[in-house]
Order: sequence, then structure tokens, then C-alpha cells
Amino acid sequence: MNKKQRNNLIRIIVAAVLLIVLHFVHLDRPIMLVCYMVPYLIVGYDILKKAGKGIVNRQPLDENLLMAIATIGAIALAVYKTGDFTEAVAVMLFYQVGELFQSYAVGKSRRNIGELMDIRPDYANIEEDGELTKVDPDEVEIGTIIIVQPGEKIPIDGIVEEGKASLDTSALTGESVPRSVKEGDEVISGCINTNGVLKIRTTREFDESTASKILDLVENASSRKARSENFISRFARVYTPIVVICAVLLAIVPPIISMAALGIAPNWGTWIYRALTFLVISCPCALVISIPLSFFAGIGGASREGILVKGSNYLEALSKVKTVVMDKTGTLTRGVFEVTGIYPSADSDLSEEEILHLAAHAERHSSHPIAQALRVAFGKEHDGCEVDDVEEIAGHGIRAKVDGKLVCIGNQKMVRLALGNDADVATADIAGTVIHVIVDGKYEGYIIISDVIKETSAEAIRKMREAGVTRQVMLTGDGKAVAEEVGSQLGISEIYSELLPADKVSKVEELLESGKQCLAFVGDGINDAPVLSRADIGIAMGALGSDAAIEAADVVLMDDDPLKIAKAIRISRKCMRIVHENIWFAIGIKVLCLLLCAVGLVGMWAAIFADVGVMVLAVLNAIRTLFV
Amino acid sequence: MKKTYKIDVDCANCANKMEVAANKTDGVKEATVNFMTLKMKVEFEDDADPQTVMQEVLKNCKKVEDDCEIFF
Repeated sequence: MNKKQRNNLIRIIVAAVLLIVLHFVHLDRPIMLVCYMVPYLIVGYDILKKAGKGIVNRQPLDENLLMAIATIGAIALAVYKTGDFTEAVAVMLFYQVGELFQSYAVGKSRRNIGELMDIRPDYANIEEDGELTKVDPDEVEIGTIIIVQPGEKIPIDGIVEEGKASLDTSALTGESVPRSVKEGDEVISGCINTNGVLKIRTTREFDESTASKILDLVENASSRKARSENFISRFARVYTPIVVICAVLLAIVPPIISMAALGIAPNWGTWIYRALTFLVISCPCALVISIPLSFFAGIGGASREGILVKGSNYLEALSKVKTVVMDKTGTLTRGVFEVTGIYPSADSDLSEEEILHLAAHAERHSSHPIAQALRVAFGKEHDGCEVDDVEEIAGHGIRAKVDGKLVCIGNQKMVRLALGNDADVATADIAGTVIHVIVDGKYEGYIIISDVIKETSAEAIRKMREAGVTRQVMLTGDGKAVAEEVGSQLGISEIYSELLPADKVSKVEELLESGKQCLAFVGDGINDAPVLSRADIGIAMGALGSDAAIEAADVVLMDDDPLKIAKAIRISRKCMRIVHENIWFAIGIKVLCLLLCAVGLVGMWAAIFADVGVMVLAVLNAIRTLFV
Repeated sequence: MKKTYKIDVDCANCANKMEVAANKTDGVKEATVNFMTLKMKVEFEDDADPQTVMQEVLKNCKKVEDDCEIFF
């Protein structure tokens, strides 16, 4: 509780005590009025002040003004008719209790959610003259050596210069298994060093570091408002005038009708009282508070699981996803390729070793997983061979000069490109990616590279179906045989293989047109940024440290576990369910109260009570989003 | 130019009012108020001086919601 809240609490208690005391005092009406004004002003002076300012600044009707009108009206009624001043004071009192509770509950949940996302490092340690000094991470320049002690957060991205440690990455990825790092490893900010001292050479500025970027992303997420949130603002805009008009009608019409048409006493007092009550309970606070809070909690809860949702609108869209299109490599499979066989052709003069040698060199500069697999399998990258004229032909392969020999490696298309359109080469029936090797225009053989399916992929596909995804599509640049093998193992029937990066975009566009439902694309973000941005929702996975992917995607999965896709959908569904619950609950109870009050079944107290109650329940319900 | 400021305000509705008021201020291209993180993000017009614009923004916000503060 902060100072302001404590002050308010004291005011409420003092006023409440005075009110109880006054209840047992019976004096003349004018004296009672003066007595009751004391607790009234104690508890409500700021409301009256705000209401006055609102009028001066020509603000449209706000809740302060409504409260002021209603309570002053109640006092006026008491003066002329009932003599019961308790009403006005009690209403103001309850209203303040409600406000206090709201500010406390919202503040508390805001802090709770904030703590979840608390990956912001506060300082960096720098060694100066043999002593550690704490500095503002903003001031650390690239290339500085920082020291991270056990229990501390890594403040800035960098490379380990000295030391070994295991890192707790759970704040970033939701992954609880620690990651061990040693000299030469890259480390990202936001991880917690659990043991060992690390000396890290920074490679980025603080603002550009992973932790800062993620935080920025999450904090800005709620400024992209979802349609339900915009609905609330629109609703609030028309709601207040309507309520005021209704209140005025309620005060005027029934008495006139009773007088003119029915010929009975107009009963002005009763109807004005009901109209005032109507105004008092009209504030749509429960709605205005709980909807953004639900989204905020949803985004916070997701980020705890290592799922970054970049905006409330994406959370909303995610909940409607019916079609999930997945890239194969890196998403469903590990994307770590291994050379599993080398098959020289029958008339080749080259040994297996030599074929691998040439292929690995041709791929020297490529960052493609296949290239890495070839280099790893060969293992003698720096043997003095000269590689130049490297040319990457998208969707085909690579052409390069290795020690003067023209080496072409790639798929069937590459073979046709290198040897002519009618060239055809037979391969054994082995699942895996086939890399053909052509040297100086002669077909020398092929290398088989296989990718491993992630352990959780099959389960992820099943879970997605359970979460309500009706259509699952797999896209891949790999050959048909491999694609279908992977598809059948995972239980995906809709497969499109041998796609160039550009084909993937057009394929997704086709799918977008064919179905009206929301479509999500999941990729590893390495070369599918265009597809990510084209889909209704782009989900990038394993994107920790990859800026391009974080930029292009709407939802970022920090680690590369495909189970998180289903989890993200489940969180979004739950969040939207709670949002809708809150919308209907808050509006429903409000309308019910208004109706009961119009017919005179509910007095001001009860109405305020109901109002505060709804708000509290709505806030608590919103917090439920945090726990999935 | 974009800048983010810490704000202090009590209710979500008041935060919305601040956002509207800030957007109406001269020199502000776009302003968004995030009640949950208590932050105001302001994008200024090209030739505007943030300090003077922010004083106006605060003044306008105080008009619609007395009980607010912007730290700049």
C-alpha cells in the first residue's frame, strides 16, 4: 500500500466511525446536516474537487461528477424530506472503499505480473584496478569485459572470456534445465548465473541486448489493443450519455405520467432518488479495469512460459487459429543434420572421403544446416584448399570452384541444371536429404544427410489438435520422400514439399485464401521472415537472440519446443474466455442493478456494494489468466 | 522521435483520458498510455522540443485528470 492509499484508508475509517456515532445522535435537522457534512467532506472532498475541476475544464460527465450529483442530491432529499443523511455519506464511503480496493488490487496484480517479466538487469560489474565496481549497464561500451558473479543476471549480451557456469534461462525461455557455458560461448542477457564467475566480453550495447529488447517488446505489447479492448472504449463512449439520459427520464417521466395520466401524487422524491441511484451505479469500472488487466495477465503468463506475444491483438487472433502451417526444418525437426551415408556413383574415380571433401569446401561460407553438417562430417576445414566463385542458387544448391575444380552440389534440380534437363540420377531408397555432387560436369555420387525429428513433435501435433486446430500443414524445401516420411511419423497429412522460399509465401497465400479461418505460420525465423509476416499470425521459434525473427514474428517462442505452439494457443483461448466472461459478467450485473434500481428494488448502498463486488470479482478473474 | 515516460495515475479510465489529452497536444504525433506498466510513449513531431511539448502534455492531462503525474 502506498502513501496515497494509506491516507485514503485513514479517511475512510475516520468517516465510518463518525457515521456510526452520528447514527445514535438525534438532533434538529439543520444541526444534523452540519454534523453529517463532516464525515461527508472528509471522505469525499477530493471527489467534489475533481467534479468541480471537470466542470471548469468542460469535461464530459465523469464518475466524479456523477458521484457529486448523486450524493448532493441525496443530501438535498434528506433536507427537504426524509431527514436521513446517512445515505449520502455511506454512498460516498462505499465508493471510496471501492476505489481504494481497485487501486490496491490493480497495483498488486500489476506488480505481480511485472515481477514475472523482471529480467531487466540493474547493473553491470566492471573490474577497475582489481576492484569490482557496479555501473549502469547503459554506460558499458561494446567490447568491455564485465564480470557476472553467481546469483547475478547477465546484463549485456556477450562472449565468455573466462570461466565456466551453468545458466538459468527460465526467465527467458521458460525452460528449467540450466544451460552450461564455457569459454568462447555466446551468452545472452537476462540469464541468471547460478554458479561460477564469468568474465564476459560484451558484443552489444545494453539497449540492443536480448533482455532489453524482450522487455521492450512485452511492455509495448499491451499498446497494440485487441478488438475486445477497443470495443470497451467504444462502449464506454456511448454508455455514459445513455445512462445519463435514462436517469433524467427516470426522474421526470414516471412522476409526470402519474400526475397527468393516472391522477395520483407525482412522488418526485422517490423517482429523483432512483435516478440518483441509477447514476451512482452507472460507472463501468469493472469493465474498463478488468479487460486490459486480463490481456496483460495473459501476456504476462505466456511470457513466463517463454512465449512472447507482441500485442493483445495477436493474443486475440491466436485464440481463433484453426489452421497451423509449419515449416519442417528447425520447427518439427531439430534442424541439426548429420551425414549418414556417402555413395559414390558406379563410374566415379573419387573416394567417399574425396566427395565429402569437395562438398564440404563448396559449402564453406554457407550457414545452411546442411552445409554445417557437411563441414562437421569432414572436419578438416582448414586444409589449405582454395574456394572461390561461390554461387548459391536458391532451391537448387551451391556452385563453387574448389582448387580449380567446378563443384556443383545440391538436389535433383541442381543435377538437371548442371548436366542438362534430361539428366536423371538414381538414388537408394533412404529417407534423408540427398546431396548430389557433380565435379567438372561429371556426376560423382551423392551424400545422404538426415535430420532428426524433435522428440516432442508428435505430441505437439496431437496437442494442437486437442487445442482446436483443425488443419495442420507442413511446408518444406526438402524432397517429397523425406517430407512424407516425417509427415507420416508425426501424423500430418497435408504436406507440400520441394518449395523454394518464395513458394512458401505463395503457398501460405493460397491457404489464406482457401480458408476464412485464422492461419498461423510457425517457422524458425531464419529464412522465413516473409512468410512469418504474411500469415495472420507468424510464430517464430527458438528465436532467442535472432533479431530478424523477433522483428518479423507476432508471437515468439523463446526455445524451440513445438509443444509451446499448443500451449500458446491454449493460453490465448483461456485469456479470451476470461475476457468474454468479464465483459458479459460486468455488463450483465450492471444492467441488472440498473433495472432493479429503476423499479426501486435496490437502494444506493446495495447498488454500490454490487458494483464494487463485480469489480473485485472481475479483477480476480482476470488474474486467473496468469495461471495456465 | 519517440520517448517513453513514467507516469502515475490511479485508474484505467483516467489513463485513457490522459492518452486522449496527450494526443490532442501540439507537437505530439502519437501518444499511447499503458496503464499496466504505467508508461506513456510519445512520438513527437519532427521539429518539436520534447521538454516544452511534455510540459503542455502534462498541463492538458492535469485538466482531464487532476490526479496524474508524468515524470520527464
